[in-house]
Amino acid sequence: MIRIDNLNVVFGRGDRSVHAVRNTNLEVEAGESFGLVGESGSGKTTVLRVIAGLIESWNGSVQVNDQDIRKQRGFESFRHTQMVFQDPYGALHPRHTVDTIVSEPARIHKLTYVEQRVTDVLLNVGLGSRFRYRYPHQLSGGQRQRVAIARALILQPRLLLLDEPTSALDVSVQAEVLNLLSKLREEHGLTYLLVSHDLAVVAHLCDRLAVMQHGRIVETMTAQQLRTNQPSHEYTRTLMKASEGYDRAHAASLFNMG
Amino acid sequence: MSAPLLEVENLSVRFATPKGDIDAVRSISFQLGRERLGIVGESGSGKSVTAKAILGLVRAPGKVHADTLRFDGIDLLHQNERALRDIRGQRISMVMQDPKFSLNPVMKVGKQISEAIQAHGRIPSKVAIQKSIDMLNAVRIRDPEHVYHSYPHEVSGGMGQRIMLATMLATNPDLLIADEPTSALDVTVQTQVLAILDDLVSERGMGLIFVSHDLNLVASFCDRVLVMYAGRIVESCSASELRQAKHPYTIGLLDSLPRIDQQRTTLPTLQRDPAWLT
Repeated sequence: MIRIDNLNVVFGRGDRSVHAVRNTNLEVEAGESFGLVGESGSGKTTVLRVIAGLIESWNGSVQVNDQDIRKQRGFESFRHTQMVFQDPYGALHPRHTVDTIVSEPARIHKLTYVEQRVTDVLLNVGLGSRFRYRYPHQLSGGQRQRVAIARALILQPRLLLLDEPTSALDVSVQAEVLNLLSKLREEHGLTYLLVSHDLAVVAHLCDRLAVMQHGRIVETMTAQQLRTNQPSHEYTRTLMKASEGYDRAHAASLFNMG
Repeated sequence: MSAPLLEVENLSVRFATPKGDIDAVRSISFQLGRERLGIVGESGSGKSVTAKAILGLVRAPGKVHADTLRFDGIDLLHQNERALRDIRGQRISMVMQDPKFSLNPVMKVGKQISEAIQAHGRIPSKVAIQKSIDMLNAVRIRDPEHVYHSYPHEVSGGMGQRIMLATMLATNPDLLIADEPTSALDVTVQTQVLAILDDLVSERGMGLIFVSHDLNLVASFCDRVLVMYAGRIVESCSASELRQAKHPYTIGLLDSLPRIDQQRTTLPTLQRDPAWLT
């Protein structure tokens, strides 16, 4: 589904340039759920944005669905790749109703039966028709994220790019959204590329994952290897240790590292 | 055992809105010694408002009521604004969640620290500057002289958070209230910031109230935990016993966390019981 060869992304020029992604290779099978983990600034979101077509200056080769995304991308290609953003408070237009937000992609792509599609997709993400004419400020964080997912799903994509879809949500709401994402993947046979800093979320939702640091993929492993605690890279071990909670001895070792 | 550092008895905070009163905090009581006390709960559970109420920072239309709100023998409820200002910042400090909004963007960070030092006593500038640099050193910022002359936009988020911590700790407070101090930080920086707080509690005997939504973090970092739901404390236990929590809300929260070490197809979601509100 996704094939990335030797991707490099550089922002800015000269002394002030930032090499956000370095020589990255990645392959994601159709129907797979793949996680990208790393700290802020590690380049994981940049990879996602390149695939989504939101960043245009990059080097290397990126293929989605056997098509080079460098070439002119038609409506069809964008329809098959949809993105859900991190912050459900910022990603929805505050003065558009749920109906307008969800139906807009369908209208852009000139789909037929828009009315019916909106009704179906809202039901699909667990929002009843009573939410249809509400504004984002009348919804909770979890409900907003469901609207954002519905907006992506209405085009019946094959690939969903998920950028920290639950990090702005409370844990009980996070569980609901994660369950929804699992259910939707099963029902629609979707491929997920999920970016998160939370190893537990990735272990739960993904089959395989890659750990990024300073723009490079330092390790690719299966969720099973993560669960049985078999990271091979030092940095992955640091992330795993930190996700278990606070440990004074571990903190001391971080200070010694510099 | 000596008298507690902070005593809170039947604290309530109510906000009057056009749609009726909202009880953000409903009659909670707790005590704090020289220890790490965690307050956990979801958004809207009243944990941040509790922290603000202790400092007298709840503004109209919010109304604070309490039977007792005593800090180190001082009755915080019946102090005038001036006396409260002396306590705030000097004896009780608060670290907010996001360094981006809490540091003055047009003032060098070092100046902000020395300003805090000089606001609480007549201290010569030279001494204040040296103390500021010492504080930056204490929060493990490399090259503190250079950072002293930087503006907030020139430092990273993790450094900004540590600079805030330096500002708040410069006056040697007896009690530090930290409202989600690490949730904007990466895991490695988070661990470092926690270690600094940890040392202050164990070495200097500071009291710490640590407000967070991260159950794993609180369970591993704090001594005691209060779990808040809809403005009430529904559970109070030692942090090591959080996993054996009794209240269905706490159990529900713990269950709904995804875990690395086990695979579950669906996560149990929290079923809220209206009876928890009474």
